[in-house]
Amino acid sequence: MLSLNRRGLLAGAAALGAAALIAGAPAKAAEPIKVGFSMALTGGLAGAGKSALIAMQIWEKDTNAAGGLLGRPVKLIYYDDQTNAATVPGIYTKLLDVDKVDLVVSGYGTNLIAPAMPIMMQRNLTFIALFGLAVNDKFNYDRYFQILPAGPKPITDWSRGFFELAMEQDPKPKTIALVGADAEFAKNAVKGARIHAKNYGLEIVYDGSYHPKTPDFTPIVRAIQARKPDVVYVGSYPPDSVGMVKAATEIGLKTKLFGGGMVGLQYATIMTALGPKLNGIVNYDFWVPEPTLNFEGVEAFLAKYQAAAKGKGVDPLGYYLPTYAHAYLEILGQAVKATNSLDHGKLAEHMRATTYDTVVGKVKFAPNGEWAKTRTLMVQYQDIKDNELDTFAKAGTRVVLYPKEWASGKIRYPYTEAK
Amino acid sequence: MFTFELLWNALVAGVLLGGFYAAVSLGLSITFGQLDIVNISHPAFVILGAYIAYMGNEWWGFDPILTGVAAAPFFYLIGVGTYRFYYEAFERRDDEALRGLAFFFGVMFIVEVVLIMVYGVDFRSVQAPYIGGNWEIGMIGIPTRMFVPCMVSLVMFAAVYLYLARTFTGRAILAVSQDRLALELMAADPVRVKQVGFGLGIATAAIAGALLIIIIPIEPSVGRLYIGQVFAIVVLGGLGSITGTLVAALILGVAESLVSTFYGPSWAPAVAFSVLLLALAVRPQGLFGR
Repeated sequence: MLSLNRRGLLAGAAALGAAALIAGAPAKAAEPIKVGFSMALTGGLAGAGKSALIAMQIWEKDTNAAGGLLGRPVKLIYYDDQTNAATVPGIYTKLLDVDKVDLVVSGYGTNLIAPAMPIMMQRNLTFIALFGLAVNDKFNYDRYFQILPAGPKPITDWSRGFFELAMEQDPKPKTIALVGADAEFAKNAVKGARIHAKNYGLEIVYDGSYHPKTPDFTPIVRAIQARKPDVVYVGSYPPDSVGMVKAATEIGLKTKLFGGGMVGLQYATIMTALGPKLNGIVNYDFWVPEPTLNFEGVEAFLAKYQAAAKGKGVDPLGYYLPTYAHAYLEILGQAVKATNSLDHGKLAEHMRATTYDTVVGKVKFAPNGEWAKTRTLMVQYQDIKDNELDTFAKAGTRVVLYPKEWASGKIRYPYTEAK
Repeated sequence: MFTFELLWNALVAGVLLGGFYAAVSLGLSITFGQLDIVNISHPAFVILGAYIAYMGNEWWGFDPILTGVAAAPFFYLIGVGTYRFYYEAFERRDDEALRGLAFFFGVMFIVEVVLIMVYGVDFRSVQAPYIGGNWEIGMIGIPTRMFVPCMVSLVMFAAVYLYLARTFTGRAILAVSQDRLALELMAADPVRVKQVGFGLGIATAAIAGALLIIIIPIEPSVGRLYIGQVFAIVVLGGLGSITGTLVAALILGVAESLVSTFYGPSWAPAVAFSVLLLALAVRPQGLFGR
């Protein structure tokens, strides 16, 4: 039989109180760590933005399955920026002031990273960006880090490989045509190419830009052809890249090296649409299924991504952007774990000093937040005979030519024969 | 750099491009130019037509143009339904000016969002035997990817022109925006006539969409790029004039092509719109407007 007295009641109350405190402590600890960002889920970059989001959600799920960060789950909080730079400042202000996110990363692309920078700087936040080209050149912000493997001098590192390859050929090219879209990334890409052309003593015989909504590139390619350049460097966005390749094929562009900075030729749907028309083009890329780039964890990640991407109308292979969208969150997670903190100063300090292991290989940042050493690949499309997706999922169709340490094959030169 | 080879090729490329622009603008020339309905959702219907062509090509291997032609009657019905709703909700209440504009904005976004939900946001293309070919005639090269859409566009123009000029309903469509009362006195119902006209305009979007996806890869928001272009063509040609729309589209196509070839491609859209401004300064009613 139970007997109650005052001392017993007090002891019981104290025990209950302690139990409540103990129970309350994990409840607080279980508050998720919120990672906020904007992402292009509609508009021109939505194809890339949605595929990046799938990769980021894989990281979120895997991290939580492994116990989260600092004993807390992680939660991604994001809003659609509509591929519209004007929406970005408002989104980050809401994320920070209303959603009270703990950490921030960027949305996809230069045009949508730059508008977030003033807010990050004002609040001293560590900011990891997803595929921005030379964004920090103007801001010089010491807590900015960027996952695109352009290199410490992004403007010129971006096309360094293309020009090094060109100048290794025999006979050396003497003339070049530069053409790019009138938009931030393409302008920067062509600007870097212009610098290389001058440094290598190449005569620029055509230097033009075009409006991004140009539907037919035949007149542009004809104008280039008339000047007989040895090299044609293109900085373009997906629809223009397709237009440019189609026009070059139709007209029978006669040049020795063609490609450079054509965005979109890495997307599965565009590769399958163009098929053999891609043969001979030398273009940048970031990850391709070549044996030299088989980093630890990348195959497992891609298997998860490809399963998750099915039926969602996004890049079914996930090589180009999703691998890096996963990697920039891997870096954030590793920095939080290593510093055991959400302090932005400590995170930035750790990121400046550390080499990270990710699905895209080892990542080390330079003082300006770019990769310490460029790993912008130059790949050549070779031996493509059909338009099947499987063709582009196997090694040997996008052969890595540069950097040499990752090379998986040899260049076929000139373009007129390689195609 | 000037050569006659470049000049001739630029002219041919411009005509082919203009032919494509004409196809995209034809529907708007009917709905906006003749029926006075500010249908800014027209490019969205063009994109919808492009996705139908994609679906037919990807799933069943159908030719995109034939798919577009087959889809045209369905688009006609969509157009009839859209106009009927617009009439009941706005036009009948004399409320079409601003709210009608908002309605078509809404239609445009709904079409875009539905396409995103169904197809996602990746770029889509079609395969056809005439994509990628090139005919060399002397010093002139004619890419079949541009030639076929241009020819289809011209046939579509001829068919619409004959329908509007030779049939009672066609003439009634031409009349409805000019004198609605006179049309009623002729025992024709202006609402039904406008319904037919709007349906016809949207039906052309099915074919124009098929032509678009032959030329460039598409994603749901790509239609927005063409809003300014198609309105400019319709205004330059003269509101209500089908011939004017064709001529204006060819002028813009040739202007863009010449500027791209000889000066700088980035100037091409600006020069094309300068042509519009100049033409309107000299002739405010457009080239063939009354």
